[in-house]
Formats: sequence, structure tokens, C-alpha cells
Amino acid sequence: MPDLLLELFSEEIPARMQRRAAEDLKKLVTDALVERGFLYEGAQAFSTPRRLALTIMGLPVKGKDVREERKGPRVGSPDAAIQGFLKGAGLASIDQARIESDPKKGEFYVAVIEKPGRATTDVLAEILPQIVRSFPWPKSMRWGAASAEAGSLRWVRPLQSILCTFGPETEDPEVVRFEVDGVSSGDATSGHRFLAPDPIRVRRFDDYVPALERAKVVLDADRRKDMILHDAKDLAFAQGLELVEDEGLLEEVAGLVEWPVVLMGSFDEAFLDIPPEVVRTTIRANQKCFVLRDPATGRLANRFILVSNLVAADGGKTIVGGNERVVRARLSDAKFFWETDQKVKLEERLEKLESIVFHEKLGTQYERVERIAALSRELAPVVAADPALAERAARLAKADLVTEMVGEFPELQGLMGRYYATLQGENPSVAAAIEEHYKPLGPSDRVPTDPVSVAVALADKIDTLVGFWAIDEKPTGSKDPYALRRAALGVIRLVLENNLKLSLTSLFAKPFARTASSALFAEFLKAKELIEAIEQSPFAPVVEHPSVSELAGIFRQRQIAEAEKLARIMHVRALDLLSFFADRLKVYLRDQGARHDLIDAVFSLEGQDDLLMIVRRVEALGRFLDTEDGANLLAGYRRAANILRIEEKKDGRAYDEAPDLQIVNDHGLIEEKALAVVLHQARQEAATAVESEDFEGAMRALSRLRQPVDAFFDKVTVNAEDPAVRANRLRLLNSFREATRTVADFSRIEG
Amino acid sequence: MTSEPAHMNPARSFQGLILTLQRYWAEQGCVILQPYDMEVGAGTFHPATTLRALGPKPWRAAYVQPSRRPKDGRYGENPNRLQHYYQFQVILKPNPPNLQELYLGSLEAIGIDTAVHDVRFVEDDWESPTLGAWGLGWECWCDGMEVSQFTYFQQVAGFECSPVAGELTYGLERLAMYLQGVESIYDLNFNGLEGDRKVTYGDVFLQAEQEYSRHNFEYADTEMLFRHFRDAEAACRKYLEAGEPRSGSNDSRHLMALPAYDQCIKASHVFNLLDARGVISVTERQSYILRVRELAKACGAAWLKTEGGGVAA
Repeated sequence: MPDLLLELFSEEIPARMQRRAAEDLKKLVTDALVERGFLYEGAQAFSTPRRLALTIMGLPVKGKDVREERKGPRVGSPDAAIQGFLKGAGLASIDQARIESDPKKGEFYVAVIEKPGRATTDVLAEILPQIVRSFPWPKSMRWGAASAEAGSLRWVRPLQSILCTFGPETEDPEVVRFEVDGVSSGDATSGHRFLAPDPIRVRRFDDYVPALERAKVVLDADRRKDMILHDAKDLAFAQGLELVEDEGLLEEVAGLVEWPVVLMGSFDEAFLDIPPEVVRTTIRANQKCFVLRDPATGRLANRFILVSNLVAADGGKTIVGGNERVVRARLSDAKFFWETDQKVKLEERLEKLESIVFHEKLGTQYERVERIAALSRELAPVVAADPALAERAARLAKADLVTEMVGEFPELQGLMGRYYATLQGENPSVAAAIEEHYKPLGPSDRVPTDPVSVAVALADKIDTLVGFWAIDEKPTGSKDPYALRRAALGVIRLVLENNLKLSLTSLFAKPFARTASSALFAEFLKAKELIEAIEQSPFAPVVEHPSVSELAGIFRQRQIAEAEKLARIMHVRALDLLSFFADRLKVYLRDQGARHDLIDAVFSLEGQDDLLMIVRRVEALGRFLDTEDGANLLAGYRRAANILRIEEKKDGRAYDEAPDLQIVNDHGLIEEKALAVVLHQARQEAATAVESEDFEGAMRALSRLRQPVDAFFDKVTVNAEDPAVRANRLRLLNSFREATRTVADFSRIEG
Repeated sequence: MTSEPAHMNPARSFQGLILTLQRYWAEQGCVILQPYDMEVGAGTFHPATTLRALGPKPWRAAYVQPSRRPKDGRYGENPNRLQHYYQFQVILKPNPPNLQELYLGSLEAIGIDTAVHDVRFVEDDWESPTLGAWGLGWECWCDGMEVSQFTYFQQVAGFECSPVAGELTYGLERLAMYLQGVESIYDLNFNGLEGDRKVTYGDVFLQAEQEYSRHNFEYADTEMLFRHFRDAEAACRKYLEAGEPRSGSNDSRHLMALPAYDQCIKASHVFNLLDARGVISVTERQSYILRVRELAKACGAAWLKTEGGGVAA
């Protein structure tokens, strides 16, 4: 069976797009083939900075022949019908059609249409140009003389050549001929840009890979990664050092070279006085180089690993020298930032936060810090933190955003604040909280445990969530530009992993109120700015506008009138945020392996806004249902609920009044009396237990219902002849159903 | 190249680097222009790039452009940063299919031998919010150092480039520092001579860096600059309107795209000065950028109605 080899050769493809593009190419080509009935044995895609390559193994030489019989008009039909039939079936004359007869229809014509399967090369020549034209690059461009015309080819960077061959292993394959905007397919490619630039003729995948290797191109990105990692570790080992591994950097670097040559450079030891994270980030972000550490001490070494794309004539001396120069300049900058940043105390930087807009409608970072500081202080007692320390940490938490270092390397936010706070003698908890208040950043990130960190981390996230809910900017579908889902998950993990008992509703109340009033204030500021702009412009005399003091009056009046309306709106949005939390908690618990029906059973009770209590309840419910008592009680509940559903429907009314104990006493059987008594006790006990958050106890109380419920169903006929007795028994069952609701909504439980 | 006398040698003198690049691109059919006679933030602002990138007419040009970034001033104290520096700018429209090879040839010409230097094209998409322009391309690395920007213009002044132009920008000081092996811009040998006759970059520009940093950050007259911004904006609009084709006339060409564009350049530079003085808030900043972009777009639209923009005379 023949194989396909396709290579799309272009100018340098961004490293971050290569792997995805290779996968897209494989999927698009194989899908298009399968859709046309061409099955294959296997396919593999590859990428380098200058090429996407695809091989598909075991394709048929041509498609399947198709034979089709088409029924035509009766013999002797009008000429128009005959002609239409001939045209449709592609016959030249009616002699080519067969005549068949049928007892009902009589004699009629049948055309036999035989379509030979199309040659695979023809189909490829049809598919491939379309795929190239509509390739899903994240960003694409036009180029060259052809770009003068509308609709010219787009590619990630100029597409230079296409190699496409098809054929069996044993014979010379043929070139699949096609053309895309002036680029014609052939059987040639190029090697390494500098080391082997001459064209290479290629027949099939088996000789393509070694031919490229001879021309200093390693086709497989994973192999390039292995080579880099292996060589880097070797070089490090030879110096008694250890590579600081970095998968993201490795992936990127493998996309920047076709022929990796790993080299080692060094820098002045004096730079090691800078925090190691800064050294690493400087060398990584700017130079795409790896850092090394001393395995004995774990401290960074004054060496780095660079990956070049060249077997240099001088053994890499010039390349290392050049890279060292740049690393030196960058580290000098970093050292300068590190030293100058220390000259200004963090609290003196706060004023500068006023010029950083956090969000158009949510004010500046400065205003945000004010809100977070207030909230941290309020939260402190709940998380057992010192309120003064929590407020201090919150106030300094964003100050490093206006340091030189974070300006240069935004990813060091928090960490630099911690360093600078420590240097200026802040309490260690305050310094730690400055770094940790961003945490947790994802489902696997560490959750802070220091109470001060917890207070500020919660305040930061709650301020963000409440702010965006207050201005009605919620995540929709896959769009979550402000990472609000992550913030909510952060709150959930902070609360649960630190065993914090707090009511979300009351937590939201103040931040919502603060945001609402500042939103109105922001509107006022905007209007004020507008008026000032008008007053400065030459149009001032001709435009009618209020003065700034008039504006203040207008807004004061509006503030009073709007306060109530705003409060109503904010209430609705707070409830909405609460249900967002409920959704996120469900997702979180599901990921933790909790049964989703149990989560629903707890959530459908009203007033659930304490995350820790919800989770405890779900856990207790799960354990209870695993016991025999639990399982039987659930069965009893279902029986009761079924009877009630049927009877209530039949009667067109609910039996939600309390059962009349007089009737039970006068007419009831012993089992009925027993249930009524136990029900009353169990319900009270369960409610008391829930009150004191003893969910196990509540379940235990309910489990005492199991025996009387079973006995009731055993001996008592609900549908008694006396309508009063019947109604009262239904009320008794309803009362049982209600009792279960003290712990969960049993109707949501499955299985 | 090594046979060149030191005062012409790209590895020995700053001027030699400029002269070599000019000669190289002249051989590729570029018109070698002189710097635009206005203050600009980058070589792209020269009408030979911004405006000539628009419209169907082929165009090849290369020039040095003194560029001013008031905010980057460091009072002459930082060895790597300047508020006034030189860019070498090349534009080829449409971009020839071998533009990457031509670029590598220019590196060869200034003494960067690709047998020992690691030259790489690393993704870097370019965007100028003030010019309403963007393109895709790379930063070109030599041994880990960014030495040039390479961009295929996709849009300029809000208009699609058809055909697309290729733009190359060389940061001359940084490149010269590498070629000459010096650690500070001010130590660059400017004229290639030695002893008494040697002139360094510092001899030529250090005083200017100190004085302009003072001016840019402390003394630039903001009231005057705000006024100049408004004036330039108004003048730009006025010239654009006055240059519109007369209704009823057979000639449909715009008559004053270039003078109008000068005012757009002026507004942009005045904005940069105000920004350096720290008198523009973050929110205002965005609106100033938008105002300049609106001017740039209007000038681009006018240019497309001129002969240079492709309208037949």
C-alpha cells in the first residue's frame, strides 16, 4: 500500500504554534481522505521552525469502484422523459440502457452507471490546496507581489515550497501535482538554513528523515527536546552542576532550532546577589536560556545553558561570547532594578497606583488596594489573623507593581514585594502575604495557610469577583478574560483547605455596597472630566453644559434616588454570584470525586451559603447512605414520595398540613401511632443537630425513622375507606418527607 | 570589507556601519533617502515608509532615521539607553520572495559571518497603535541579541497593504556595540580614527542626552506642548479638508496629504514629550493615542487619493 509524504516549507514559524499546526495538518488531511472513503493505516505529523511535515501510511492507490443501477421511465414514454433520463444517467443513447420488466410497472429502462474509483493522487491534488488555503493558523499574513490581489494566500509566514510524493515502498513514488497561489508541489526541500542550504530531492518518508539529518535538520520536535535535555544535563554534570529543568522553555527552544547545539556560558558571580528567581527569569525570558544550580547547596551557579542552531566553525566561541554579553547586560539591568527599588519603601509607592487603571468601571489599583485593605481587616477575625497585620499586608500587596523589577518582569509580582518587604523589616507574615495573596493560581497551586495570607488572598479574590459581578461582567462560555472562575475556585480552596466557616452572603454584602457607591462616583468623575474638557476647548461658549458644582448637585440627588434602586440591583447580583459559587463548588467537588447527586441534594435546600458546611453535609450524607439504615430510609422515603405524588395528583391537592394527632390516636393502628411519635422526636432532634452543625447526628436521628417507616408500610393501608383517615395518613407521610429535608433533598438522590 | 579603511569599516566605526548598509541596500535597488526633517519616534514614521507602504506602486527605499523617545532618556548615565538614537530603515514593496536572504546578506556585509554567528528569526509581531498599523515578522537574533526587526506590513493607517511591504529596522547603536565589542554606547568609535582624531559616540551625543533628558522630564513647557498638540491636530484636519478634490473638477486627487501628515507626526512627538513629562494620565493616554491614530488614518486615506498612492495623474 502506498504512502503519502507532504512537507510545507516556510519562513520561520513561531515556536508556540508549531506543534498544534502539525496536529491540525494531520487531522485535516486524514479527515478529508476518510470523508471521501480513503482509509489509511497510520499517520504522523512533525514540525520544525521552517516546516510542517506529514506522512500517511497505507493508503489505497485509488478509491473503490462504484456501480449504480438507476431506474428509468417505462418503455414507450414520451421523448422528453427519455431524454431527461439519458442526461441524468450520462448515457449517449437509449440503446445503452437495459430493459427490465416488472409485473406492476411493465417494461422499463434501467441504466447501469459504473464509476471507477478516482486515483488517490487526483483526490490529494484536490484536497491539499484547499487545506493549505484554509489552514487554521492563530494568526496569518499575506506577502509578496501576489498580495496586491484580494483573496491571496494566507500563511503564518511566507510559504516557500511544497513537497508532496505518493507511492508504494518498492517503486519510485510520484509527485502529487498541485499549485497554491504560485507555489507548485515537487519533490525537493531544503536543509538547514546555514549548514546545508542546497535543495534536497526526496522520494518518500523513509529517505526524507535521513536526508534531512544529513542536511542538519532533526525533523521530530520530541527528538530535538531529548537531544537538548540530554546534552544540557551532560554539560552541567561535567561542571559538577545540575540543570534547572523547565519544560515550557524546553518546548519553546526546541521550536527555535532545526539542529540543536547546546553550549554553556557564564556570568559574573556578583550577579548571584540578586534573588535567584530574578536571575532565572531574566535569563529565561530575555535569552531563552536555562540556569544551573549547585546540587550540594541547591543555589544557582553563575552558568547558563544556551541552545544555538549552528555547528559553528569556531566551536561556538563567538556564540557563547555574544550570549554572555547580552546576559551580562540584562543582569546588570536586573541588578540596577533590584538596587534602586530598595531605595523607595513600599508604602511610598502607593500613590503611583493611582495612575494604574484596574478596570475602567472599577477604578484604579489604588482604590482597589483601599477596598482590599478594608475587607482584609474585616475578614481577619474570621480566619484568626491579626487585623492590623492583615490590613498592613493588603495595603502593601500591590505596591511592587510599580517597582522597576515588576515593570520589567510582570511574572515576578508578589515575589518581589515579599523580598522588598522583608528588606524593609516588615513582619514575616506580612511579607509572606504579599507574595501569597495571589495564590492559589490554579487547581494544583499551593493554598496559603498563614492566617494573614489567607485573609488577604480571600479579600483580593472576593473584591475581584464582587467588582465584576457588580458591573455585570461575568464569564460566559469559554470567555473568562478576568479569570473569575479561577478566583472563585481560589476562594473555595482557601475556605475548605483552611476549614473556614463563613457565610458568603454576609461576606459579599460590604464589598457590594462599596463597589456600588464607587461605581456611581466613577460615573461622576467621568462626567466631570468631560465637562472640564469642554471648558478647555474652543467650543466652550457654544456648547450648553452644567458647571462642575452643578454636576455635583445632580449626582447628589441621583445618589439618593438611585441608592434604593442600586441596592435592589446589587442584591440580585449578589444572589447571582452566590449561585456562581454553587456551580464552581459543584465542579470542584465533582473533581474531588463526590457524587453529583448528593451535591444537588444538599444545594437544593435553601440558604446554603457556607462552603464548609455544604461540603461537610455532602460528606455526612454519603456516609449515611452507605449504611443499611441509610439505604432503607431512602427506600422508605421513595415509597412515601411515590404514594404522595400519585394521590396528590389524583386529588389535585397537597397534603402539607400537620397530621391530626387526634385522628391518629382515635383511629390509627399501633404502627401509625409509633411513626407519629418517632417522627416528631426525630425531626426535632435532626433539626437541633443541624443547628449545631452535627450532620452525622442529624442523620442518626433520621435513621431512627427507618424501623417505624418500614412497619407502617407493612401494616397500614394508606388509602383507607374513611376519607378523613386517608387524608391524615397522607399528611403523616408528608411529614416524614419533610423530616428528611432537614438534612438533604432526598428526591435528588440517584441510584 | 576588512580591506575598507577604518573610517569606513562597519566593525571599526559607527559611520562605517551606516555607510555599508546604505551601499548594500543601494545595490538592491533602494533609493537611499536622508532622514526625515522632523522629530519622530521611529523610522516607520518617515512618510517614505508610512505613506509609501500604502497603495499599489512598487517602492524600495533605505535611510537612517534619528528617532526620539523622550521617555527613554537616562541623563547619559545608562550605557544602553538613549532618548535619541539612530535606526536604519529599509522598505521594499512588494517584499521580494528572497527578503530573508537579502537581510542575511546585509549582515554578511557588515561583518556578521553566519559560519560562526547564530542568527535566528524569533517570532515578534509588530503593532503601532498610533499609526493604526500592524504586521507579522520576527526579531532577528545574533548570538542571543536582538539586532533587527523584520516585519511584513499587513495594515498601515487602518488600510490593508496591497501589496504587502517588507520592513527592516536595524538598531544601529546596539549593532555597532556588538561589532566593535564595547559595553557602553558612549564608547562607540564614531569615525574609526584613533588617538587625537578619534571621535566617540559620547563626544557627539553625551551632552545632548544630558540636556534633553533634563528637558524631557523636567522642563519641557507642557502648556505650550498641549497647545501644540491641539494646533497640530487642527492644522492636520484643516490641510486634509483643504486638499480634498474639488467637487465638479475632473481631477479626483487629494492635494495636501503630505503637509497634513507632517502635522500628524508633530502631534505624535508632542504627545511623547507630554507623556515623558508625566502629565498625561493612563486614561487620557489612550485617548491621545486614539486622536493621533485618527489623524494617521485620515492622512492614509488622503494619500491613497494622490499620485504616490496610486491614482493616475
